[in-house]
Amino acid sequence: MAEVTLTIDGQRVTVPEGITVLEAARRAGIFIPTLCQDDRLSPWGGCRLCVVEIKGMRGLPASCVTAVAEGMVVETASPAVIEARKEILSLLLANHPQDCLTCSKSGDCRLQDYAYLYGVRGDEYQGERHNYPLEEDNPFFIRDMNKCILCGKCVRACAEVQGRSAIDFAYRGFNTRVTPPLDVTLREAGDCVFCGNCVQVCPVGALTEKQRLWQGREWEFKKVRSICSYCGVGCNITLYVKDGRVVKVTGYENPEVNNGWLCVKGRFGFDYIHSSERLTRPLIRTGERGSGQFREASWEEALDLVAEKLREIKEKHGPESLGVLCSAKCTNEENYLLQKLARGVLGTNNVDHCARL
Amino acid sequence: MTNSIADIAQADCIFVIGSNTTENHPVIGLKVKEAVRRGAKLIVADPRHIELVDWAYLWLRQRPGTDLALLNGLLHVIVKEGLYDQKFIEERTEGFEEVREAVEEYTPEKVAELTGVPARDIVEAARLYARGPRSTILYAMGITQHITGTANVMALANLAMACGHIGKEGSGVNPLRGQNNVQGACDMGGLPNVLPGYQPVTDPEVRRKFALAWGVEDLPGEPGLTVVEMMRAAEEGRLKGMYILGENPLLTDPDVSHVEKALKNLEFLVVQDIFLTETARLADVVLPGAAFAEKEGTVTNTERRVQLMHKAIDPPGEARADWEIIGELLKRLGSQGEYSSPEDVMREITRLTPSYAGITYSRLEEKGLQWPVPSLDHPGTPVLHREKFTRGKGRFHVVHFRPPAEEPDEEYPFLFTTGRLLYHYHAVISRKSRGLEEICPEPEAEINPADALSLGIEDGETVELISRRGRVKVKARVTERVSKGTIFMSFHFWEAAANLLTIAALDPVSKIPEYKACAVKVKKLLA
Repeated sequence: MAEVTLTIDGQRVTVPEGITVLEAARRAGIFIPTLCQDDRLSPWGGCRLCVVEIKGMRGLPASCVTAVAEGMVVETASPAVIEARKEILSLLLANHPQDCLTCSKSGDCRLQDYAYLYGVRGDEYQGERHNYPLEEDNPFFIRDMNKCILCGKCVRACAEVQGRSAIDFAYRGFNTRVTPPLDVTLREAGDCVFCGNCVQVCPVGALTEKQRLWQGREWEFKKVRSICSYCGVGCNITLYVKDGRVVKVTGYENPEVNNGWLCVKGRFGFDYIHSSERLTRPLIRTGERGSGQFREASWEEALDLVAEKLREIKEKHGPESLGVLCSAKCTNEENYLLQKLARGVLGTNNVDHCARL
Repeated sequence: MTNSIADIAQADCIFVIGSNTTENHPVIGLKVKEAVRRGAKLIVADPRHIELVDWAYLWLRQRPGTDLALLNGLLHVIVKEGLYDQKFIEERTEGFEEVREAVEEYTPEKVAELTGVPARDIVEAARLYARGPRSTILYAMGITQHITGTANVMALANLAMACGHIGKEGSGVNPLRGQNNVQGACDMGGLPNVLPGYQPVTDPEVRRKFALAWGVEDLPGEPGLTVVEMMRAAEEGRLKGMYILGENPLLTDPDVSHVEKALKNLEFLVVQDIFLTETARLADVVLPGAAFAEKEGTVTNTERRVQLMHKAIDPPGEARADWEIIGELLKRLGSQGEYSSPEDVMREITRLTPSYAGITYSRLEEKGLQWPVPSLDHPGTPVLHREKFTRGKGRFHVVHFRPPAEEPDEEYPFLFTTGRLLYHYHAVISRKSRGLEEICPEPEAEINPADALSLGIEDGETVELISRRGRVKVKARVTERVSKGTIFMSFHFWEAAANLLTIAALDPVSKIPEYKACAVKVKKLLA
């Protein structure tokens, strides 16, 4: 591929033709703030926070939608650029609830990060503020359009990734709002499949997972990588953990598999692990079979009983009188051990699982 | 999958058959949409108006259970119009001539009659698929859960080989696997006829290798029983004891009233699970295992990618990681060797399983590895059958259409078919998730408006579905998603277990039950 060489903040950078100034800067290790940009979505250039100065170009172009060119000279942090970014942030904050004290997104909010970075306090302008009711009627997430900064990432994720366009911009000017058709809720409109990919791309606190509410601050969570426990796609996920509980799941960007995207089950359906109906102690049957009557037992007792009975049946009726079902929900290691138990110890090939079902 | 998930986006033509991808494998559904948005042509063959139909260039609405006629019909057109890949067929395959003759009778007109798909659509679909240039096939249980399931898959393989659409990016025959580690459970020998890595139990060399590693004299050399066969054996008293790990056959097996009888007839039943499932309630001993976030280990996804799960939290109460529990039992039953961690177990697996030989936990950390990974320096295998097939030359198989084991008749006039919904999963875990349960709390039976009208059934009304094996009461959802004469129901709900109705007719090779077609009648209940 053809390459071009340009200068960014005095640094000469050689990059492939066709990429954006933003991408070139990132490759050179130069930071440019963005709100509406996501490599996985189409470039939009809406938030203007990534503006830069380019010699010979009029105004301040948005680096996320400006292609690199040979000999280009770019300034990413000139006084004019900083001034523009501060102004943009002031205008955003003029109509943004400043409730970082209790906002779930605090600590993982781009708007908060940049306000801090550029020293914008949010009291620069006084004017009208929105007072929209929260949309809370679906079981998975809350839409608080008072916090929306109209970056359009949710709109693009829904249209370009999920392909459903369950939401779009409506109204004009100051009243512009992201909404399902006819300004009803997502649940009422019926187009949304609640994949929550909009929630994950939202850079501010406009979209929040319900299960995560009041469970802790973003910086308190331990993040653990895992694989979704539902279907066979094997989506890579990050578990957010606090005090022995998983409170949130996000998609991990493994481009080979799910690239960060998830479905409703993977993102919101994990709470079964904390169900009060989980088994917590070994049980031994006391009543009639099928009566559901059990008594709790120690591991020692339960395991001894299992081992004894399996051995007894094998001796009395032969190995072929025993059968084992492995699990499509357990790990490779566990399935390996169980078929080893069946074949190597019990001596039977009566091993199967629900692959056929 | 012969190919990779990422690979789907590179296809020019995607043929989806027997897969409601956006509800069952939603994130692969996103890949299909990405491909369509990029210009790929999508052919959907499905009796129901699933979401992907709205993305399709061509929708082939076959009658449930007629897939094989349709697939042979496509190959017929490809042969007739000379759209096959002569070079690929000559160099890489054998048996084409026989298949070519066998599909002679599947003219578009005849297939249209059998399947209900217009002849011109069959011709167009065949052309689109054959011409690609990159064409891929995605399928799921809609193909396999029939008495001709194995033949259906062979027919798909025939199509792909005839057109040379296999062994390269953007192509392949790609089954979408339903559970997070169903691939891995198969890979690890969770099947009656193979040891880990699909090494046959009938091969004395293989048995010797494992026996030596496990410190036993010999291993059983006869293939064992499948799930459904085990249930029959239990019912007949031949099977006395069962150990069930994380499965709920009482809800998921066909004709469940027989399963219940079978399990009750056992002398001893152990169930290891995270919930007291319908099956666990029948157990003599219930062992509390751990959920995915509570243990470390690997799972293998539908594209053969082995991936690492880390432990995030402890299991509740005294529950234990399942590998620990089985390890304890191995010890008690006199097996050699102890395992200090799942990684320790994996080291043993990789020593004995050639396709996993190059896997280590540290290599899996970032992106996982697609098997076969024969050595530590091997990068994994995103595309199978690149140079040659597993057996050398790809074998064409002559397969002929057969109607479902039970077809609608005067007494049971409706064709009954089952499947999964977006908001639920199999039978247990999604129903313990508050959000999923709130948005989708109860089962529904989909019925076509014309049928509803003739039976006087209104949307939301509770009706009774009756088959020769059982009956369930369920809410009717009157919708065009199903065609006239067809009833669809999901199998997630114990309150109205679809598998009370399904038939335990099995594919003769795979022993997969025919969940996707049986006959029912619909009874209006008195108000």
